[in-house]
Amino acid sequence: MDRFSWSNGLLEINETLVIQQRGVRLYDGDDKAKLDVGVALLSTHRLIWRDVKNHECCIAMPLSQILLFEELAAGLGKSAKIVIHLQETTVNKEPGPYQNSKYSFIKLSFKEHGQIEFHRRLTEEMTQKRWENTPVSQPISAGTSSQAGRTRAVGIVGIERKIEEKRKETDKNICEAFEDLSKLMVKAKEMVELSRSIANKIKDKQGDISEDETIRFKSYLLSMGIANPVTRDTYGTGTHYHMQLAKQLGDMLQAPLEERGGMMALTEVYCLVNRARGMELLSPEDLVNACKMFESLKLPLRLRVFDSGVMVVQLQSHSEEEMIASALDNVTDKGSLTAEEFAKLLGLSVLLSKERLLLAEKVGHLCRDDSVEGLRFYPNLFSTA
Amino acid sequence: MHRRGVGAGAIAKKKLAEAKYKERGNVLAEDQIVQMSKQLETFKSNLEEFASKHKQEIRKNPQFRVQFQEMCATIGVDPLASGKGFWSEMLGVGDFYYELGVQIVEVCLALKHRNGGLITLDELHQRVLKGRGKYAQDVSQDDLMRAIKKLKVMGNGFGMIPVGGSYLVQSVPAELNMDHTVVLQLAEKKGYVTVSEIKESLKWEKERACHVLDHLLKEGLAWLDSQASGEAQYWLPALFSEIISRDVTPEEANQMTP
Repeated sequence: MDRFSWSNGLLEINETLVIQQRGVRLYDGDDKAKLDVGVALLSTHRLIWRDVKNHECCIAMPLSQILLFEELAAGLGKSAKIVIHLQETTVNKEPGPYQNSKYSFIKLSFKEHGQIEFHRRLTEEMTQKRWENTPVSQPISAGTSSQAGRTRAVGIVGIERKIEEKRKETDKNICEAFEDLSKLMVKAKEMVELSRSIANKIKDKQGDISEDETIRFKSYLLSMGIANPVTRDTYGTGTHYHMQLAKQLGDMLQAPLEERGGMMALTEVYCLVNRARGMELLSPEDLVNACKMFESLKLPLRLRVFDSGVMVVQLQSHSEEEMIASALDNVTDKGSLTAEEFAKLLGLSVLLSKERLLLAEKVGHLCRDDSVEGLRFYPNLFSTA
Repeated sequence: MHRRGVGAGAIAKKKLAEAKYKERGNVLAEDQIVQMSKQLETFKSNLEEFASKHKQEIRKNPQFRVQFQEMCATIGVDPLASGKGFWSEMLGVGDFYYELGVQIVEVCLALKHRNGGLITLDELHQRVLKGRGKYAQDVSQDDLMRAIKKLKVMGNGFGMIPVGGSYLVQSVPAELNMDHTVVLQLAEKKGYVTVSEIKESLKWEKERACHVLDHLLKEGLAWLDSQASGEAQYWLPALFSEIISRDVTPEEANQMTP
């Protein structure tokens, strides 16, 4: 930790921020540093750390001080870490939180994660060494190449070997995994081709396929994650799975829909349903495909797509005319309304209240006043004049 | 599609057709479906074996996730298409990405009033990580991007706009065409842009620049600073945290927003 110097944390002219990560605690070697948890910032030139509560407490170290670094996976009760081995201190180093240290390495402990991206960016910066191309005004770049014959800290060679061994072991595991994965993919590809052949035959009506067989075929496609190439949907868009889902949704969404004025954006439904499930979550496509079946299953819900592309689930009982009439009433009542105001009035989301106003405008009951102050709707007096 | 013919005559006719078909070396679709069902069973057990050996790799290693996804895409398979798919059930990839999708939607919703529905991938990443808490698994930006791609099918305007080496994530169905995108990219360095800068860098006329800026204002993606020295500045809240290395607490943020 004696490689760090006090800093004001402001970036220099040619220095760019690469990534920042909250929830980082510093370690002086194996010991926790006398600092709280803070924000670690990586720039093209330096590694900076700032205390979250006390912004005055900010330290920095030039990246050229870094010898090598490695990831330490998280363990039981321990956060993931990046261990950074450092070069010798430079002579003209500015004072910092530590006068000297018995360690030649520090650790960054990622209490709120983010180690994957931080490690990736650090690797990039240490490879590109952008600080060498764009020197900055402050003397923050420590001496480097002049120390070509530098004295390596004791044990560095051992550490490097350990890292190399670990990398080889990881590589071996990954290689094996990829080999197995490749074999798997070959088999999967065979099935993709088979499914295409079947789909073509269904399209060309070669052979006599029953409804059951078609549905079975679709469920095979679903299991494998193959897009359904048979566009002619005589037997409905989904599989038994989607039918089941649609019925579940029909039960589950009644109450929430009524609470929200009869309409919910599909992303809202997605969050609601998946939060309730906790596991074995629905994919966005599962949800869309299930909702598409509402009508054919005669459930009291409908999937609806607005002109803007926004998709909603609405109660069947929720008639179009009612929505438009109520929009007109509210707007007339208040003289004019924006989507935000309307949302507050009805307790709806801004997105959906905007859609209702647009709907009423589409049939000619409302007209708009579009300015930088916002989009405001008025009763359409032109049509009644 | 015609129903299977009934009656002895129809059955005989069918058998004849089948025989002729097979004679030509073609296999009937029904037979192929049976074949597929068998192959599926085999594949499922192969996948189970793979999962028992390597499930951890996928869980822990983000590069492996990327490679896995790309291999699937090459052969025409989408492992994230359905929660009921084999990949999801056995390798657990589904829940990981679908849950991430929920977290992304929630973060975007919470910040929409401030940034109009536009947020940098970096900021989104940070906030999602924070929301997940310390005991959850780490996620990479590639993971976020894949989750966002999936969210698109639900039609709520999710998209990604390339700016300055990274991306802006859009979460509202605001119409953003090439002109808007290019202005966003111009604003990326400083977090704001002026009409003069647009005219100079992009060689546009004033009307075109103003038209684009007005649209961004209307959609709530830009704020107007008419008191700036010189000419008016159009600031993009989505780009704020990129340029400020000082971290802002939620309390401070609330004080800052109008």
